[in-house]
This record gives sequence, C-alpha cells and structure tokens, in this order.
Amino acid sequence: MNHLASITLSQPGRNRRLRRYTKRDRAALTLMGGVPLLLSLAFVWLPALATVALSFFNWTGIGGFSDMKPAGVNNYRIIFSIYPEFPPAIEHNLLWLLVFFVIPAPFGLFLAHQLNKQLRGSRIYQSILFLPVVLSLALVGFMTELVFSPTQGLVNNLTGHAGQHNLIDWLGNPSLNIWAVLIMACWRQTGYVMILFLAGLKSVDPSLQEAASLDGANEWQSFRHVVWPALRPINIVVVVVTVIESLRAFDIVYIINQGTNGLELLSTLITANIIGETSRIGFGSALATILLVISLAFVLPYVYTTFRKDTRS
Amino acid sequence: MTAATFTGSRTAAEAAAPNPNRRRRLRPARAFLHVFLIATCIVWIAPVLYALYTSLRPYADTAKHGYVSVGGHYNLSNYTTAWNEADLPLYFKNSAIITIPALLITLWLASMVAFVVARHSFKFNLAMLMIFTAGNLLPQQAIITPLYKLYITIPLPGWLSDSGHLDDSFFGLILIHVAFQTGFCVFVLSNFMRTIPHEITEAARVDGASEWRQYWQVVLPLCRPALAALATLEFTWIYNDFFWATVLMQTGSNRPITAALNNLTGQFFTDNNLISAASMIVAIPTLVVFFALQKQFVSGLTLGANKG
Repeated sequence: MNHLASITLSQPGRNRRLRRYTKRDRAALTLMGGVPLLLSLAFVWLPALATVALSFFNWTGIGGFSDMKPAGVNNYRIIFSIYPEFPPAIEHNLLWLLVFFVIPAPFGLFLAHQLNKQLRGSRIYQSILFLPVVLSLALVGFMTELVFSPTQGLVNNLTGHAGQHNLIDWLGNPSLNIWAVLIMACWRQTGYVMILFLAGLKSVDPSLQEAASLDGANEWQSFRHVVWPALRPINIVVVVVTVIESLRAFDIVYIINQGTNGLELLSTLITANIIGETSRIGFGSALATILLVISLAFVLPYVYTTFRKDTRS
Repeated sequence: MTAATFTGSRTAAEAAAPNPNRRRRLRPARAFLHVFLIATCIVWIAPVLYALYTSLRPYADTAKHGYVSVGGHYNLSNYTTAWNEADLPLYFKNSAIITIPALLITLWLASMVAFVVARHSFKFNLAMLMIFTAGNLLPQQAIITPLYKLYITIPLPGWLSDSGHLDDSFFGLILIHVAFQTGFCVFVLSNFMRTIPHEITEAARVDGASEWRQYWQVVLPLCRPALAALATLEFTWIYNDFFWATVLMQTGSNRPITAALNNLTGQFFTDNNLISAASMIVAIPTLVVFFALQKQFVSGLTLGANKG
C-alpha cells in the first residue's frame, strides 16, 4: 500500500495546482471536515486539556464551579509523597509494559515468522492464536477468574493445588494476582502482535530471502539481515500498540476486584476518584494528567513522523 | 491493502514451485514446527474450551466431581437459565441500540474527513490527521474526569435521555464512541483514499460534479473494501467496550451486554458454570463476526498498521 500511496502522491502538479472552489463546494468541504473535527475537539481534546487544568484545583464536583479551590501543585505533592496506592499503581503499569515487551512482542513476531512459511494448516493456527483478540478485555477478565479460580479453576485443578492444604490463591494473594492477570493479558496481546507482524512480513520481498539462503545464509542470518530491517515500519507500530495497551489496561483488573489489593493501576485509581463515593475531581485529574503526559510522549512523535513523511512526498 | 494482497499472492505463487531438494531437506524441521504450533494452539484454546466445557455441566455435577473431571450430565440448562433469569435479551438490545448507530455514524463522518484530507491539499491536513489519530490513541481514563463532568452538565431533551443529561443516556454513549473511534477510521480511510487515482475525481470535476457528489458517488463506492474491513473491526471494538459504558451509564438496565455482565455476576450468576455460559453467550456476536468475516477483520487491523 505504501508503494501505491507514494506513486499517487508523487504527481505534484496535480496536487499542488491551485484549485478554485465554488461557494457551495467550500461550504460542503467545511462541513464535511468541520463537524467531525468539532466532535473530536469537544469530546476528546477539550477534556484532555481540562484534565490538566483541573489537576491544579480541589473540587469535590458536587457543587458548581464556584466550589473549585485553587490547589497549586498540591495534588501532585500528595500523589508523589503520601498517596499509598500510587507507587504500586506505577509499578504495575511499568511491569505490564515490561511484560508486554518481553513476552507478546517477541513471541508474536516468532509465531508470525513461522506462520509466514507457507505451512499446511497455517490458516487454522492463525485463527486459533488470533481468537482471544476478538474477545473483549472484560470477557478476558471473566476468563481469568475461571482459569485461576483457587478451588474451581483450570490451573489449580490441573496442577493439584485446588485442595485446602496446598491451595494457591491466584486471585486473592496480592503478590500473585498481577501475574495471573498478566498471563491472560499476554494471551490476548500475542495474537494481536502476531497479526500485525504477519501483515508486515507479507510485504517483505520473498526473493530477497531466497537469495540469502542461496548465498548460504542460515535461517537466523536471513531473518536478522533480510527480514528484520524490512520490518522497521511495523516495529514502530508494535511499539506504539504495546505502550498504549499497557497504559490503557483496565478492564481485566476492574472485573476481578476493581483494581485493589495488588491490582492497582493508574487507570483504576483515576476511575475510583470520580465514580467512588467521595469524588475528588482535582486529585483524579492530577492522576489522569500523569497518564496523559506519559501517553502523549509516545503518541505525538509517532503521529508526527508518520504524517510528515506523507505530506512531504 | 491491494498491495498487501498482491504481494501475498505472489509469495504463494512462488512457493508453489519450490526447489524439490530443499523441501526434502527441511522435512524434520517442518514436522517439529507443526508439533510446536499444535502444542501452542492447544494451550491457546484451552481457556475457551474450559469455559465451554464448564458451561455445559450443571453446578451440582461439578460440585460433586470437581471442575476438571468427566462425568455427570451435559446439557444447555446453564444457557437457558442465564438467558432467561438475567434478562440477557434486554442487554443485547441495548448493545444493538448503541453499536449500530455508533458504527454507521463513525464510518460516515470518518469517510468525509478522509475525503477532505486525502483528496485535497489544504495546509491544515497534517494538523487534522494528527488531531484525529492522536485522539484515538489516548487512554480513555486520561480524559474521563472532565468528560464525566461535561456529560452531567450538558442538558438533553427528555425523549433522548431519562436523566435529562448526556450522562446515563444511549445518545451520550453513541456520541463518545463516535468522537473516539472516528480517529482510527480517518487514519485508515485517508490512507486508502490516497491510493485511488486522482484522474477519477478529476474527470468527475470536469463533468461539473460538486465536491459532495465526488465524495458520495465517486470516492465512497470505491472505498467499499476498506469500509467493510473497518465495519467488522469497529463493530467488535464498540460492542466490546467496557469502560465508557461502566462510567457513563449508571442505570444498570440500560447498559450494553459487555458492561452489564459485571453487574449480573453475583446477582444472578452465582457459580462458575453460569458465568461460563453467560460469557459464551456474550462472545457469540464477536465470534460470528470473526469467523464469517475474518479476512475483513484482519485486513482492517493491517490497513492501519501497514503504514508507517
């Protein structure tokens, strides 16, 4: 697709010719682009900016705007010094990110590389490995409860730990439950990464690999020097997907225990501060701002480089 | 996508006539690879099969024999219980009321934006694409606090919302799905529309077609494959949404099924057998879409990714 895109784009005369629009066309184009833009600005970007602004206030949110009290950086000071849930939440988000980089990303690439070899039954393998991706993360949360339930779960029953004397409490033990959740999260993420890499591998010219193996390169050498360099664009996409999915992590832990007792995440802390009994809008916004800044640090450079390349050509 | 499928079929054609010597030499490695893949697939499908198996057994039997066991009765009674007692049809209806309009409006709005930015060279195109795409990549929790305040402030006529506000209404949920998902669709559709030769709209313009007609009658029909791919993907994503519905829809009986399942657990679904059955029922629409339209589903994902 990239080739086609650059071919059509490389006809500068056609693109850059000054075109004069009639009044009606101008109105039509303004509406076509303007209405969706307004929606995105009003319901995504305005809240994003307001998150940052609200983080400098104290507000229970019950009264009107008059109840807002300027708080300076006090919310942040509390978060970083005495808020007991914050260190574990950051730790779990980082662990999530680390595990996603160490397990689903390379394993997804490995599976994609194997499945790209014109295997018999490749489609069936692909379907099975990809199946968890179509299930909702909430459903993966229920699956986690089924598979890791202490007395009724698959894992404990298979390994003989379902009895009273040697029970492993996968969901209730605060130092174990994050691992049960991560195993199921990886279960879903691997198929996602695999499909992305498979698409990337399809665009690697197979004659290059053929040439490499004729020159005596073994499988690892031809992967390392022929396939891997060609996967660069997909690698960037996988990095972005991995980071975003780890920052968004929410549903599975929320299903299990609403993100408490060993399953704290930034996202669950934010949610607890607005829909809990004591809503602390300013404090929740400060947490959300931290999440927002981390994600924008990845998203903006990615989006910028992607599109600048397009419009330049 | 056209280029991707093109290279795909070329690979297949070339591999159809391999060097016979090489093929024989690779055989043991191939066999090992199959064994490895089969083992991996068994592990991968195990949680789903376990849920399916559990859902087919009455609670009394699993309590007596244990969950990982054979024997006792196998029937669909958990399914009928879940379906009737928890009123699942109601929640499926809620899901449909939210998913279908959200899906259609998202595709419509996104295709218009894509037409503006991909078929014209305005100065603001880069900014537009960045606003939409980056917006879609933000974690939902990063914007929820002000969004929630916004939702309980904006009034809505009574026939659209029981609460009188955007909050706790179908309209509000549809709106946030549209605002959020448009970003991804703009990204994919604008990439796709760039691959349509400029001569086609040029010709329409010479014939006096307005911009709207060029969009509606020329470009949009050519985007059918991309729209089909996006429709399958967006259906799954909107149907699978848990977060927006949990926070923005407080009335339990108005929640879509994915979010409702959480409330129903403990209230109606007291044992793992019933939860398994309910999970299977909830998964059915996405599984049907996946198996019937797997090609579209995967190409929707890769249309977005194959770009960089």
